[in-house]
Amino acid sequence: MSHSLVLYEEEFERITQLLNRLRIDASAKIVFLVDKNGQQIAGAGEIDQVDTTSLASLTAGNVAATDGLAKLIGEKEFSILFHEGRKDNIHISIVGQRLILVVIFDERSSLGLVRLRVRKASNDVERVLSDIELKAQEVGIEEAESPFAEITDEDIDALFSE
Amino acid sequence: MSFINYAAREINVKIVFYGPGLGGKTTNLQYIYEKSNPQQKGKLISLATETDRTLFFDFLPLDLGSVRGFKTRFHLYTVPGQVFYDASRKLILKGVDGVVLVSDSQEARMDANIESMKNLEDNLDENGFDLKSIPYVLQFNKRDLPTAVAVDKMYRVLNFKGEPTFEAIAVQGMGVFETLKAVAKQVLYELRRR
Repeated sequence: MSHSLVLYEEEFERITQLLNRLRIDASAKIVFLVDKNGQQIAGAGEIDQVDTTSLASLTAGNVAATDGLAKLIGEKEFSILFHEGRKDNIHISIVGQRLILVVIFDERSSLGLVRLRVRKASNDVERVLSDIELKAQEVGIEEAESPFAEITDEDIDALFSE
Repeated sequence: MSFINYAAREINVKIVFYGPGLGGKTTNLQYIYEKSNPQQKGKLISLATETDRTLFFDFLPLDLGSVRGFKTRFHLYTVPGQVFYDASRKLILKGVDGVVLVSDSQEARMDANIESMKNLEDNLDENGFDLKSIPYVLQFNKRDLPTAVAVDKMYRVLNFKGEPTFEAIAVQGMGVFETLKAVAKQVLYELRRR
């Protein structure tokens, strides 16, 4: 079974900074990072304007379905998806095989610019991702300190007390 | 695969409601959605056909409160039950932390229940999971129907490892939260164990 993705403060800050920079460089409205299982990781821009939880899960569903299509026709993956709307557009790309980078932009930007900036940002995010995985391995070997290691039956029952 | 976010002090887990077509998976989620506090829940998303059959998945994010200072966020998904949507079912099991099998108590659906369970086992296997060890709960839904098979008979046929099993009438809400609670508990225990 694959292990949990664990994100610490330091990497979270680094990722958020990268997303902020991408948002400015690409003149985008929203930049958003999701894992392939639909969990949101970080975002930048006008994220309070959208339902980010739904955005994350639908994006992951979209990518999963497209992955399925790719395999059907013998492709490894379609690494970029683009949806064009009347006002807003969504650019979706795969980062480091396990994350999805979502960029929402309007007429103030262009597909070309977004693609260009996303390529650079993806490399940076990938670097952070490999740091996260390295750290997870180190922590795993050293102590495997999970916040849930000492969870009690009472803690769990308390969640359902209402 | 759960996601622990230390920066936001959140833990996200994914629960999938599996089972034969028209067995009540979506109804389970709808009841949970209706009865949860507005602060606890997000939007219920249903990707369904025009006749309200699940096409890809239903999705409901649910906050269950904090454990040891970590917010627990459960992402509940259903799969499309109809046999020919198997490719979609497989995709939704990706990264799952716990599974509920919503079985249909009607006599005529017993074969479909068994088939769905086998299908679950295969699809979990393809995603690198084992039904024998993953957090797993069984629900006997539609207990109110006159053609419902006796509980002990269903238990003999469908329960294979002594997994927690609940009788339910999802449209009325009976057994729905009990089922959710049981699978959530197992997932949290699993997190403790790791």
